[in-house]
Amino acid sequence: MATFDFLLQGLLVAAQPMNLLYALIGVTLGTAVGVLPGIGPALTVALLLPVTYRLDPGGSLIMFAGIYYGGMYGGSTTSILLNTPGESASIVTALEGNKMARAGRGGPALATAAIGSFVAGLIATLGLAFIAPYIVKLALVFGPREYFALMVLAFVTVSSAFGDSTLRGLTSLFVGLALSVVGIDQLTGQARLSFGVPELLDGIEVTTLAVAMFAIGETLFIAAQGDKGPDKVEAVRGSVWMSANDWARSWKPWLRGTIIGFPIGAMPAGGAEIGTFLSYAAEKRLTKHPEEFGNGAIEGVAGPEAANNASAAGTLVPLLTLGLPTTATAAIMLAGFQQYGLQPGPLLFATNPQLVWGLIASLLIANFMLLVLNLPLIGLWVKLLTIPKPWLYAGILLFATLGTIGANPSVYELGMLLAFGLLGYAMRVFGYPIAPVVVGLILGPLAEQQLRRALAISQGDYSVLFTSPIAAVLLVIAAAALIVPLILRARGRGEVLSQLAANED
Amino acid sequence: MKHFFLATILAGAMSLPAFAADYTIIAPANPGGGWDQTARSLQTVMQQEGISSNVQVQNVPGAGGTIGLAQFASQQKGNANALIVGGYVMVGAILTNKSPVTLKDVTPIARLTGEYEAVVVPAASDIKTMADLVEALKKDPGAVSWAGGSAGGTDHIAVGLIAKAAGVDPTKINYIAYSGGGEALAAILGSQVTAGVSGYGEFESQVKAGTLRLLAVSGPERIAGVDAPTLKESGLDVVVENWRMVAAAPGLSDEQKAAVSADIEKLAKSAGWQEVLKTKGWQDSYLAGDAFNAQLEKDVAATEGVLKDIGLVK
Repeated sequence: MATFDFLLQGLLVAAQPMNLLYALIGVTLGTAVGVLPGIGPALTVALLLPVTYRLDPGGSLIMFAGIYYGGMYGGSTTSILLNTPGESASIVTALEGNKMARAGRGGPALATAAIGSFVAGLIATLGLAFIAPYIVKLALVFGPREYFALMVLAFVTVSSAFGDSTLRGLTSLFVGLALSVVGIDQLTGQARLSFGVPELLDGIEVTTLAVAMFAIGETLFIAAQGDKGPDKVEAVRGSVWMSANDWARSWKPWLRGTIIGFPIGAMPAGGAEIGTFLSYAAEKRLTKHPEEFGNGAIEGVAGPEAANNASAAGTLVPLLTLGLPTTATAAIMLAGFQQYGLQPGPLLFATNPQLVWGLIASLLIANFMLLVLNLPLIGLWVKLLTIPKPWLYAGILLFATLGTIGANPSVYELGMLLAFGLLGYAMRVFGYPIAPVVVGLILGPLAEQQLRRALAISQGDYSVLFTSPIAAVLLVIAAAALIVPLILRARGRGEVLSQLAANED
Repeated sequence: MKHFFLATILAGAMSLPAFAADYTIIAPANPGGGWDQTARSLQTVMQQEGISSNVQVQNVPGAGGTIGLAQFASQQKGNANALIVGGYVMVGAILTNKSPVTLKDVTPIARLTGEYEAVVVPAASDIKTMADLVEALKKDPGAVSWAGGSAGGTDHIAVGLIAKAAGVDPTKINYIAYSGGGEALAAILGSQVTAGVSGYGEFESQVKAGTLRLLAVSGPERIAGVDAPTLKESGLDVVVENWRMVAAAPGLSDEQKAAVSADIEKLAKSAGWQEVLKTKGWQDSYLAGDAFNAQLEKDVAATEGVLKDIGLVK
């Protein structure tokens, strides 16, 4: 089969010593920028584009691939250890991962993230190689109404999955939705809730909100507790490595996360975050250890981390098959292609197979490098937790502030960071979950625009939302996710649910 | 912790060039669209021709570029290293959105390119010719959905003009705005909408691959090497050209403005830029200085008239 020949050829090129070095530089840089909130892989690739100008196409693409995958992975490290998501796609990782780290299980959390990212990256890259043309067809079937149904599903699952109380989860979600309507409406260009403040025309930046709510809010919360707070975090309990039990609980979430993340990454209006939300919700429903969710369940780290790396590979599907860059990083990689006189598009697989396969092979190499680089580092990373609390949290504050102004150097952005930090603190004090606010801000505009587009295309006929088979299936799943727990609770079945119901009083 | 700091310093060092860059170009649209392509081509050629050693492109999408324009005008004031790509779409969007920030709030440097619009349908569509599309439009204007860029942009104006020329009430058109060319293209390819209108360059590779059917182009004459009639040949008296420009930040001194203009002139005359124009299928419409400012004023007035005419601006 020619496909395999091309892939082998690509691997041979990518495995040359110089190219391996480029891959190593790429994943190291990528991991580093993934760690810093605000500075993402797109900016890094853009900065390096001129540098790689003098390299051959193979070398530079390999480096880009390394940065891209490294960036997707790097964000999870700070999420897990410091509760400070480096990228919006690693917000979900912070939920369970940070709880694990506080319980002395930071090592296994980082390991399952690293290995899960590797597994997902590997499968998704092979998916890119062999089923990209089919996946892209699926992605194109998704029109406004299907996207809207997907958003409804995401809303329902996340609002019931984050935190113990649906009411509190929904309250947080609506705070996020309210924040999401701030700014210029994309469909009509009208300014909403901007109160004449030009800075608000842009709306609220997701990473600013996430860093504020998670990092700043957390720091204020810890500081406010003073000496009364829980004792020093236990840095390491048991092994730094994953136990047999951790492996047994991780491999299925890795695979499920990959299956969820890859197609969603391939959708032009999808995005890595949505895959991580859905993966988290799925793991929470399927787990045999529901009592651990919210207290550090390894499935809640394994699934979303796999999903976000799989969606990184998914993003390349429309890029290579349609010439359609759906993320900023993909757009810059497109520029990288054009630098060598290549136009990605429907004909690229046919006209430049060496290059496409070279890229795919370099993704495989980068993925492998990432594992080689990160597994030995885990032992060092977890030592971070042994730093005395005042220093650690002062470091987090500095780090979060630097990242935010690094991404958008404006006093106004800093003001928002502090204001949302206070909001995050207040929500913690009153027991409201934080994540749904960020989820609302991400999903709100997507859901709104897609609904309005669907209704415009149908000329105001609401039935169109249910008549597409894919949309109908998604909506039925969403309805089931909403109603089934209510029925279970009403019947008093399911220990956990009734227990939760009792706790709510 | 040592590694933590190392990572921070490394990333910090990486971000340093962001502040020391010779030029930062704002593409006020999503990656993949026309402005994004223009900005990235500027980036490539400026570096290639040694005009600037480090050029960055930043995407600030939405609302016909007015979001990017507003941010640019407020944040880059007095910064001679910042550029923004814009064009005809922005002129329309400023009017329809009643944007508080207009092209008067930035420093227009030069018009660079022009591109004609193309009308396409998915390859599987029943609509074979422009006449078929016009017929469907006449039958029920609302049933024909058009995907294109931001509300009030060139694409939207073109659809309005087509409707008007066909004798259909332009206020009845069902136009679906997308924030960038990439997303609109996906909607057309997926047959989510009846037809699509955008710059020919954005559809070119799909038309060549046979996944989209090109019905007509909006120039006064056919595009060389492209097998499609003009709108005029199809019986619609419509000519639309989507020009693109580059502007600098507000509040520049005369010397700064002259320096930026000189850089852009050097770019526009360079062999590398001419090559880009050829490969992208853009017309060279370089116009700078007072001549450009006068033309811009004329275009703004004309666009306002067109938008009022077709009911997009009251």
